Amino acid sequence: MNRGASSFNVISVALGLAFLYLPIAILVIYSFNASRLVTIWGGWSLVWYRELLHDDAVLRAAWVSLRVAALSASAATVLGTLAAVALTRLGRFRGRLLFSGMVYAPLVMPEVITGLSLLLLFVAFDVDRGFWTIAIAHTTLTMCFVTVIVQSRLVTFDRSLEEAAMDLGCPPAKTFVTITLPLIAPAIAAGWMLAFSLSLDDLVIASFTTGPGATTLPIRIYSEVRLGVKPEINAVCTIMIAFVAFGTVVSSLIAKRGAVRRDRAALGAQV
Amino acid sequence: MSAPSGNRNWSARGIVLLPYVWLGIFFLAPFVIVLKISLSQTALAQPPYVPLFDAAAGWAGLMDFVSQLSADSFRLLSSDSIYLLSYLKSLQVAAISTIVLLVVGYPIAYGMVRAPRAWQPPLVMAVVLPFWTSFLIRIYAWINILQRDGILNDVLMRLHAINVPASWLSSDTAVYIGMVYSYLPFMVLPIYATLEKMDETLLEAAADLGCPRWKAFWLVTLPLSLSGIAAGALLCFIPIVGEFVVPDLLGGSESSMIGQTLWTEFFSNRDWPVASAIAIALLGLLLVPILFYERLQQRALEGSRG
Repeated sequence: MNRGASSFNVISVALGLAFLYLPIAILVIYSFNASRLVTIWGGWSLVWYRELLHDDAVLRAAWVSLRVAALSASAATVLGTLAAVALTRLGRFRGRLLFSGMVYAPLVMPEVITGLSLLLLFVAFDVDRGFWTIAIAHTTLTMCFVTVIVQSRLVTFDRSLEEAAMDLGCPPAKTFVTITLPLIAPAIAAGWMLAFSLSLDDLVIASFTTGPGATTLPIRIYSEVRLGVKPEINAVCTIMIAFVAFGTVVSSLIAKRGAVRRDRAALGAQV
Repeated sequence: MSAPSGNRNWSARGIVLLPYVWLGIFFLAPFVIVLKISLSQTALAQPPYVPLFDAAAGWAGLMDFVSQLSADSFRLLSSDSIYLLSYLKSLQVAAISTIVLLVVGYPIAYGMVRAPRAWQPPLVMAVVLPFWTSFLIRIYAWINILQRDGILNDVLMRLHAINVPASWLSSDTAVYIGMVYSYLPFMVLPIYATLEKMDETLLEAAADLGCPRWKAFWLVTLPLSLSGIAAGALLCFIPIVGEFVVPDLLGGSESSMIGQTLWTEFFSNRDWPVASAIAIALLGLLLVPILFYERLQQRALEGSRG
């Protein structure tokens, strides 16, 4: 596409980014406000963070959420990567249409439907609801995002590397582990990160599939938010945003280092 | 991978089996159960519906079960105007939000493509990043701004644009702001992806032949980005129809969207059959857009296969 941005282009991007980031920035700034009221600036303070440290309910909910997210993201990464490999490398197989339908549908399916249907499944089979049912529900939802990320990487990279390995007698499983897996590793890592943050974020599906004793952080935040704005909630949200920002920066650095190393290896191979 | 050996067939089956079975059990099978419960009746029991299917009773049990199924929940849906109004409200909110998203999102995607190449990855990152932070947090951020003693009223009063604080929260305006804010990355990214792949020589050719820039945009760029527009519109429209969090936290109480109605039937009224019937009807409503989206997704991700 044509380079050279007009002032209209610059303004629309700048306004778009301002629209995306201003509300988050305001939320973060007001988490450090000493005053309880949003409109009154009482000076910088960490008072709401200190109060948070004594809020056992929020801390317990955060711990539940982190465990659910880590478990479901890991399971979703395995399942999602397998699904992506199946869709890009296996060609036609029996039931392919149904399979790809099931993989893409959860991406757009309204959460109330997914949540309700999973809950009714658990009830029908008399499963005790709690930590494990939320983890299963989140795995089902997030594996599809992993599939899309890994799949878009699988269709773009050079297939001839795999073919060369197999022409030289490398068995398919070994080819996958030694050639394909390192090449799609950044996408798998990105998929895990996305699955983790989606799970940490989900309110609707967790509300349907939760049981006694398994209150996740979004469920906790939601019940507080319904009662109005509270500076403590701003503090929780700021910590979550910092957490996600940190994870994103680290993962993009890892991806960049991987790319540099790959380029160097490619250069070495040519010399 | 042209010569399939027996070995490959086995590993191939292993690869597809695990995600297939998982999705079959936890995505597909639940819909059958939702359908079954939508044909049941509410009961003061645990679980709160009858009939229960008793597999031990065999064929007679099955016949007994089938004879007790009823379409009462669906009859209620079509006779009580609350439900119909909820569906219409949801469709209206989703349609208007999608149009606003397109009008807001297209110039952003277009501007991103025009940016210097080195800037593009950070720009994409900047658009994606809010999507990685919590949905709930982003909606909550708007409550800080829109509430009666919030920041928007404060700023407007200081500018003397208004004299008494206006109530922005609990209104349709707030819902639209929340929807556009939450779904903007879903609209921008697919459009950016198609624009980015566009062949720039087409525009040069148009310019060489004396076509003005706005006309070249209208005749070349816009038609070529239609697939991105369609993907973005579906990625926004379908989930917005069933959205719960945004209307619940930002919207008013006078009319609710279908996701809220389902939530209320389930959690407040504990009417599981009606909640299931709402879900089935919603699914029927969204079936065509979902299938259309699936086609697009398949073409986008698998189209480059030979």
